[in-house]
Amino acid sequence: MEQTITQKILARAANRKFVDAGENVWLNVDILLTHDVCGPPTFDIFKEEFGPDAKVWDPEKVVVLPDHYIFTANEHAHRNIDLLRQFAVEQALPNYYDVGSSRYKGVCHVALAEEGFNLPGTVLFGTDSHTCTSGAFGMFGTGIGNTDAAFILGTGKLWEKVPESMLFTFDGEMPEYLTAKDLILQILGDIGTDGATYRAMEFDGEAVFSLPMEERMTLTNMAIEGGGMNGIIAADKVTEAYVRSKTSKPYEIFQSDPGARYHSKYRYNVRELEPVVAQPHSPDNRATVRSVQGTKITKSYIGSCTGGKLEDFRMAAKILKGKQVAVPTNIVPATVKVMYDLDCEQYEGETLKQIFENAGCSIALPSCAACLGGPADTVGRSVDNDVVVSTTNRNFPGRMGSKHAGVYLASPLTAAASALTGKLTDPRDYL
Amino acid sequence: MENIIQGKAYVLGKNIDTDQIIPAEHLVYSLSKPEEVKMYGKYALSGVPLPEGGLPQGNIPFVKDGEFESEYSIIVAGPNFGCGSSREHAPFSLKVAGAKAIIAESYARIFYRNCVDGGFVIPYETAEHLNKIVRTGDELKIDIEANTVENLSTNTVYTLNPLGDVFSIVRAGGIFAYARQENLMAQG
Repeated sequence: MEQTITQKILARAANRKFVDAGENVWLNVDILLTHDVCGPPTFDIFKEEFGPDAKVWDPEKVVVLPDHYIFTANEHAHRNIDLLRQFAVEQALPNYYDVGSSRYKGVCHVALAEEGFNLPGTVLFGTDSHTCTSGAFGMFGTGIGNTDAAFILGTGKLWEKVPESMLFTFDGEMPEYLTAKDLILQILGDIGTDGATYRAMEFDGEAVFSLPMEERMTLTNMAIEGGGMNGIIAADKVTEAYVRSKTSKPYEIFQSDPGARYHSKYRYNVRELEPVVAQPHSPDNRATVRSVQGTKITKSYIGSCTGGKLEDFRMAAKILKGKQVAVPTNIVPATVKVMYDLDCEQYEGETLKQIFENAGCSIALPSCAACLGGPADTVGRSVDNDVVVSTTNRNFPGRMGSKHAGVYLASPLTAAASALTGKLTDPRDYL
Repeated sequence: MENIIQGKAYVLGKNIDTDQIIPAEHLVYSLSKPEEVKMYGKYALSGVPLPEGGLPQGNIPFVKDGEFESEYSIIVAGPNFGCGSSREHAPFSLKVAGAKAIIAESYARIFYRNCVDGGFVIPYETAEHLNKIVRTGDELKIDIEANTVENLSTNTVYTLNPLGDVFSIVRAGGIFAYARQENLMAQG
C-alpha cells in the first residue's frame, strides 16, 4: 500500500510496515522536548504518576531547553528555571541547557536543529505547539500537553491518530522579494486556522526544495496555525548537509509514494505570489502588503522561532542597510548562536549587527521574548493600542501582550521595510 | 463519572485561542501549589476581549473581578476552540474556574487531547451552531449516556457528537487512569 512520508515515519515508530490515516497507534518516541513553561508541571505529573523516585525512560532522549521567560525579574519564572535545573540533576539529563551558563541556547525549536537533534525519519514530541518546526527535516514533530509529555517521560510511548495529509506544492523559482513566510501566510489565508486540524501539511515543489533549511523551518513552523498536527518536507541533499554538519547520529530518509492518498492537494506558482501579511487578529486574515500599504505601525518586531533565525536577519539586513528605522524596532535572535552569527555574518562590508545598530534597532538577548507577550518586563511586549508588524507566528487578541494591540504577521523583508517608513510597506520598494 | 452535567452556560465565538483562555503572562504560576493554582481560576478566559465574552450580550466576564471561580460550568463556543499553543494550563484553568464541559463546533488538536488525557473538562462537539442559539446564563443539562444537551431555559434538546474512541479515556478520568486500567504502562 502506498503511504505518505508522515505515514511511513509513524509506521516505523509503531514497528509496523503500514499505518492508515485515522488509525490510533502507539508510537515509540525518539525525542521529548520541553521548556520552562511546561517542564515543571510535566515533571510534577511524572512524579505523581510514576512515583517520587521514578526515572525517565531514557535520559538521552529528553531535551530540556528553557527559552520562554528568561530575561525577566518575575520570581515565579525564576522558580520554574530552578525546577528544571533540579529535575535535570535528579535525573542526570545530559541534554539540559541551563540559563546563565555557557550551555544556554535560546528558542527550543531553533536550538534543536542547531544541536543536531533533528534527524530525518524520527519522531519528536514537544510541550510546545511549534514543535512542528522540526518537520522541515523530513521527520515527524508535533506539540502535546504536560500530561501526554509526562506519560512519555515514564514510558517512552504515546498514542497518536495517524493524520490524513494535505499536499502543498510550490512551483517556480523564488523571487527575491518572496519568503517562506509569505508562502505559509498564503496557505493559511486559503485554508483558515482550522483548515488542517488533525492533518499533516506536506510541502514540496521546486521552490520549497530551493529554500535553505531555516526557511523550510518557517514553513513547517506555522503548520500549527492551520491547526495541522505536523508540517513536513522530505529530506534532500540540503537537509543531509545541514544534519551532517551537526551530528553523526544515524537517520533514515522517507519519501511519499507517488500513489499515496491525500486529503487534498494545493498547487501554487511562486512567480504569481506577492508579499502578504496576516492582519489582526488571526493568522488566516491574509492581505497583500500592497492592499494595506500605508497602515501606520508603532513597532516592528523581528524574532521568535518563526522569524528570528540567521536567514531572517540576513533578509532584514538587506533592507535596513544604511537606513534609519522610523519606529522602535526589536531584533530578537532566536538563539545564542544566531546572536553570535549577527556579529560575524556580513552584508556589503558590514556585520548584520552593525547594520541593525546603525539603523537604530534594539538588539535583545535570545529567548521567546514578546512573541507570546510574557511577563510585564519582557522586551518588545506590546502595550496599549500598539500596532505591530512582526515576524512571529500568531496574532490572536493579546498574543504579544496588550489585548488592545493589533499585530500584523509578516516576513522579515516586510517587517524591515515597514520599520523604515513607520507604515506597512511592500519590500519591493526597497529591493 | 457522573452521567449528568448541569449548569449555567457561558457563550463565546469562534477561534478562542489558548492566549484568550489563559494569557501567557500567567503561565508562571505552579499547577500543583494550591495557593498558586487558584490564580488559574481567577484568570481563566481573561484574555477574551470584553465585548466578546458572555454572548450574545457580551461584556460579561467568565470570572468576576476579585473571584477565583466562575458561576458558569458549561462553555458553549463556535469552531476551532483552543487553537494556538500547547499549554495544558488552558483546560486546567477552565477546570479550576469550575467548568465541567465545553460544547464547541470543533477543537484544535492539542487542546482536545489535553482536555481528554488530563481529564480536565469534557470537550463535546456538535453539528449545531449552539453558540448562536444558547444565551449566556441559560441552564444546560448534558446527558453523557444519551449524547444530548437540554437547554432547560428554553426546553429544547440538542444532539452532541458521540465522544467515540476517547470516551473510555474520558470515563476513566484521563490517560493515566485509562492506561492503568488497560495495562498499558509497562516500560519498554
